[in-house]
Amino acid sequence: MKQSRLIQGNEACALGAVAAGCRFYAGYPITPSSEIAEYMARHLPEEDGVFVQMEDEISSLGAVIGASFAGARAMTATSGPGFSLMQEHIGYAVMAEAPCVIVDVMRAGPSTGRPTSPSQGDVMAARWGTHGDHPAIVLTPASVTEIFELTVRAFELAETLRMPVIVLYDEVLGHTRETVELPPRVEIAGRRTPRVAPTEFRPKEAGPDGVPPLPAFGDGYRFHVTGLTHDERGFPTDEAEVAGRLIRRLHAKVEAHRDDIVEVETLLCDDADIVIFAFGIVARAAKEAVMVARAQGLRVGLLRPRTIWPFPDREVAKITAGASVVLVAEMNLGQVVREVERAVAGNARVEGLFRADGEAIDPEEILQALAPDLEGAAR
Amino acid sequence: MTIVDIRPHLREWAMPHVLCAGCAHGIVGRAFLVATDRAGIDPDRMVVVAGIGCSSRLVGYLDFCTLHATHGRAPAFATGVKLARPELTVAVFSGDGDGLAIGGNHLIHAARRNIDLTVVLFNNEIYGMTGGQVAPTTQRGAIASTTPRGNTEPAFDSVALMIGAGASFVARASASEPFTLERIFTEALTHRGFAFVEVLSDCPTYFGRYNRLGDGPEMLAWLTRQDSRVAEPLAAKRVVDHLPIPEAPPGLDLGVLHREERPVFTGRRSG
Repeated sequence: MKQSRLIQGNEACALGAVAAGCRFYAGYPITPSSEIAEYMARHLPEEDGVFVQMEDEISSLGAVIGASFAGARAMTATSGPGFSLMQEHIGYAVMAEAPCVIVDVMRAGPSTGRPTSPSQGDVMAARWGTHGDHPAIVLTPASVTEIFELTVRAFELAETLRMPVIVLYDEVLGHTRETVELPPRVEIAGRRTPRVAPTEFRPKEAGPDGVPPLPAFGDGYRFHVTGLTHDERGFPTDEAEVAGRLIRRLHAKVEAHRDDIVEVETLLCDDADIVIFAFGIVARAAKEAVMVARAQGLRVGLLRPRTIWPFPDREVAKITAGASVVLVAEMNLGQVVREVERAVAGNARVEGLFRADGEAIDPEEILQALAPDLEGAAR
Repeated sequence: MTIVDIRPHLREWAMPHVLCAGCAHGIVGRAFLVATDRAGIDPDRMVVVAGIGCSSRLVGYLDFCTLHATHGRAPAFATGVKLARPELTVAVFSGDGDGLAIGGNHLIHAARRNIDLTVVLFNNEIYGMTGGQVAPTTQRGAIASTTPRGNTEPAFDSVALMIGAGASFVARASASEPFTLERIFTEALTHRGFAFVEVLSDCPTYFGRYNRLGDGPEMLAWLTRQDSRVAEPLAAKRVVDHLPIPEAPPGLDLGVLHREERPVFTGRRSG
């Protein structure tokens, strides 16, 4: 039964995790994400789960990965400086194929920056923060309800694809309170376990979808896990062919599920001459700007990615095909705009509206940025 | 005591191993396998977590669930495994650089929590995997590739550190005393709480060569008689030492040096 209540984004994140079956949380206090840890500390024991406050963010994600191999759905949450520290283990989780969820509640950076102010400055850190060639799945909710939904979704993707999945939103969304109706439980697809006997088990041998089955430690399959480049037995290798096969499979398993992973939402884009591309809290302001412009008879629409990585390039190309201008509004100095330019491929002019002072972009700013092009958008 | 055949506990398919000739880490690994057998641990319920380095690579050859983690972070990964699945027996293999330099913080907090883990810290006084750089355990004056004129820093005393951090079982043993190692590992594995065992091992390839200590056999003999490390602070804290250590080197305490019963962290309401 759904319950209607007034909660903040960070609580919705914790509730989504518990509803999705998360039973292990390890984290380190950091503004503006600490409420997630506090809610988990309160709720997880009621579900026979484990909460542990670790000594830093490096060990937090390390403990999450350990719990994941012990069979638990596991997560951590942090913000900018802690997200930097987690990059080491995000790479490990990619390589070792450890299902886990990482929440980054973005604050203004770089470095300690403005801890209580929002930004969208971690978009590229979420994609490329850890070293080496690696795939990334990053989800960008834009409301309290959607934080719940996409946290649940993150667990499903992490468990079924055996990889870290990042939920990325900003301080404003984390602390915004909205009335939501949330189910206490959500059924999601979990990790696939091996069908062969332990003696036949090859821990990194993938099926047709590129994802190897994963038993839990203690279930009778005695296997090796390593962050070193490894073969299908899970054992380190120096053979170039085997190494290349592994790295390509890690990417291919995401690409194979790409259309399922990538989600976008559109608002009045069908006839739009100007399409605003915005995610997270900025999409809320952009929606208001669209409604104001439409009330004036201007053909303006909104394209909002719920998945920022893999980047929805095909969707952007298709949805902006009839537009002459694409305005990318983001709370950084232009991290996503080049991705949009790549996707639009010259078929429309791409403009940017950037803000990196720790304040949210408001509808008025978006309308002002659109002003030079609004004449062309008139009916 | 019956002789334990360790071959069923080895991944022979993963051999040959990466360790150098004369390296004593294999002796330590063997003693650990004997101890798991003597402690009656079901291999399906044994997890060994390791960091990065020569000693950490050893876990790949042990036929348990083995988690070769990141440099210094093995105690954190092990914490997650143990908390999520308390019925498993969880051990950590770590080197002196892994556990005491990059991973020092994780080690002391795992000890403070008194989580039920057994940590084996291989101390060969050098970074072997990366080519013989100075370690936090390298004695003052010793030559390493990054201390070509001799180390000017004091060495870490891991046993004092672990007692101070709150480990409830702390021991030191030497790879040159394999039967003592077996006994101490068995006690550590059956101790409820955080058990720490520093094992003095050798690195003939780098430490031995740089410091003219000879090859494997000569280095093992050196381990039993060298007296340049001082451990008075430990002697003051010694609580239990019932194990007979026949050849304790002067100035360096060996054996079970600290043992106490205190609440074990489980992360759950009912411990």
